[in-house]
Amino acid sequence: MKGLKLSRVLTYVGAVLMALWILVPIWLIAVSAFSTRQGIFDFPKALLPNPFSADTMSFFLGATNVLPSAGRSVVVAIITIVISSVIGAPAGYALARFNFRGRDVFRLVIVSTRAFPIVILSIPIAVAYIQLGINDNVFSLALMHCALALPFTVLVTSSVFAGVPRDLEEAAETLGCSPLQAFMRVVLPLALPGLAAATLFTFVLSWNEVFASVILTSRNRTLPALLVAQLDESPLNYKYAGGFFLLAPSMVFMLFIRKYLFTLWGRVSR
Amino acid sequence: MAEIQLNHIIKSYGKARATNDVSLTIKDKEFMVLLGPSGCGKTTLLRAIAGLEAIDSGTVTIGGRDVTNVPPRFRDIAMVFQSYAVFPHLTVWDNIAFGLRMKKLPDTEVKKRVEMSAEMLRITDYLQRFPAQLSGGQRQRVAVARALAMPSGVLLMGEPLSNLDALLRLDMRAELKKLLRDAGATTVYVTHDQVEALSLGDRIAVMKQGVILQCDSPLRVYDHPVDKFVGGFIGNPPMNFLRAAGLAAIGLIAPPGYDLVGIRAENLDSFTSPMSGALEASILVVEPLGSHNLITAKVGDEFIKVNTRAELMPEPGSKLWLKPMPDKVRWLK
Repeated sequence: MKGLKLSRVLTYVGAVLMALWILVPIWLIAVSAFSTRQGIFDFPKALLPNPFSADTMSFFLGATNVLPSAGRSVVVAIITIVISSVIGAPAGYALARFNFRGRDVFRLVIVSTRAFPIVILSIPIAVAYIQLGINDNVFSLALMHCALALPFTVLVTSSVFAGVPRDLEEAAETLGCSPLQAFMRVVLPLALPGLAAATLFTFVLSWNEVFASVILTSRNRTLPALLVAQLDESPLNYKYAGGFFLLAPSMVFMLFIRKYLFTLWGRVSR
Repeated sequence: MAEIQLNHIIKSYGKARATNDVSLTIKDKEFMVLLGPSGCGKTTLLRAIAGLEAIDSGTVTIGGRDVTNVPPRFRDIAMVFQSYAVFPHLTVWDNIAFGLRMKKLPDTEVKKRVEMSAEMLRITDYLQRFPAQLSGGQRQRVAVARALAMPSGVLLMGEPLSNLDALLRLDMRAELKKLLRDAGATTVYVTHDQVEALSLGDRIAVMKQGVILQCDSPLRVYDHPVDKFVGGFIGNPPMNFLRAAGLAAIGLIAPPGYDLVGIRAENLDSFTSPMSGALEASILVVEPLGSHNLITAKVGDEFIKVNTRAELMPEPGSKLWLKPMPDKVRWLK
């Protein structure tokens, strides 16, 4: 009884530490991004920015190249979403519905592609891109982001589709639907919230991706690549504002898609 | 006309045969119950008729047309699923109309059929609701209404009542029986509940391990089981089985080749004093059930269950003399 209690306390201590590990930097960035130029150097920090000021953010957004880069980031993310959904969602559906030989191996292979560090792959990829003449271009960067996003797209959509009972599809087929009609009229409407979540996840992944963006672009930088490139020469308030700007969409999206990420390895119907 | 013919249906999952060379003819407008324990192949057979399961070999014929390789939507069937499979994103109205619209019936016909089958199942008040706003029993009604609305000659039902609680199941069973008789479709009904099978079916096909052991009217299946499994599976309590040799003493001689006797609990006359032609039994348990008492007793080293009239209330440990009704004794191999 006592041992159980102690392990429970330790679990909570661990959880709190991990939460702080994530939340303190976020808090630091958020507070600083909305402080005045002087307020950034205040110590100890107030819990909320005091006085609240949008100066830092507007200074950042007004800086050269920031808005065009942000625009490119959005374009790259959208192309990534389109391509990875078109390729990934059918794979996810197949994983969820069909009990084919080697399914578990396939699943594992998908995950293991994430085990190859992009850092190691980046040089050969950059060389290949330059040889093909497709470097420094939003479309080819989106292609790279697709490669990074696909494993997640496949796994998340497969858990989404697995959440739609097979019976519903079969019922539709007995009621006069072809398999495609059953998918369009029954499965898709029910899977839509989950698919939207998968889409948001892909957006965040592309929006935050730094390394491939730095390697593969030079003049047409995405926002994270731009910020990294200017890291050494930019003032502190610019860094905080940039950090917050990159962080904000992910934070909002994570709230929406949390429950789908939890079911990433969710049940798979027969 | 929607006669269903199953010819030598074989379906394997890996090494296991879910149905092992099953042949069955279900007559037009007949109510056929497929009964058996889980894993006996009854659901596989139903899904083979629906076209949801590709069979390894054999043919399925509906209304004289070979539909073995025809997809479900062209098979002239409607189906009710155990999980109800009501579409959660559609209202009850749209659920019932779903199949009719897929069949491109004119709007007036769709409306007429939806309203008719909603009325039959008494869900007219819920037509504009979504399934999430309904109870399990109401969803079940929607599922049945959706199937009955379809202009199909064959109605397939896969354990439709097994997710309902006991009381609701009893009500729904009686209601289904009336509805389905009125609907006049050829019905194939899968269940593992022998009471459901007895109460609903024109005929019952008892299945075990992928084969049909017996296919007969409910009374015949109950009264004349072909083997120990059927007798034990149908009826509550299950049929009693005694070694045939033990009955020679009371003048019941087994025909050659039969070594088992089956006798139902209600087919034994019980006496509290010795009788000629009666087996001596020692009482183990007495369960008063209101209308009658169920007594578990031991004859020699074999257990036997007996129904006695409610007034007869012997003490456990005392003796009882049991006389099998001669015309109810079933000799089995």
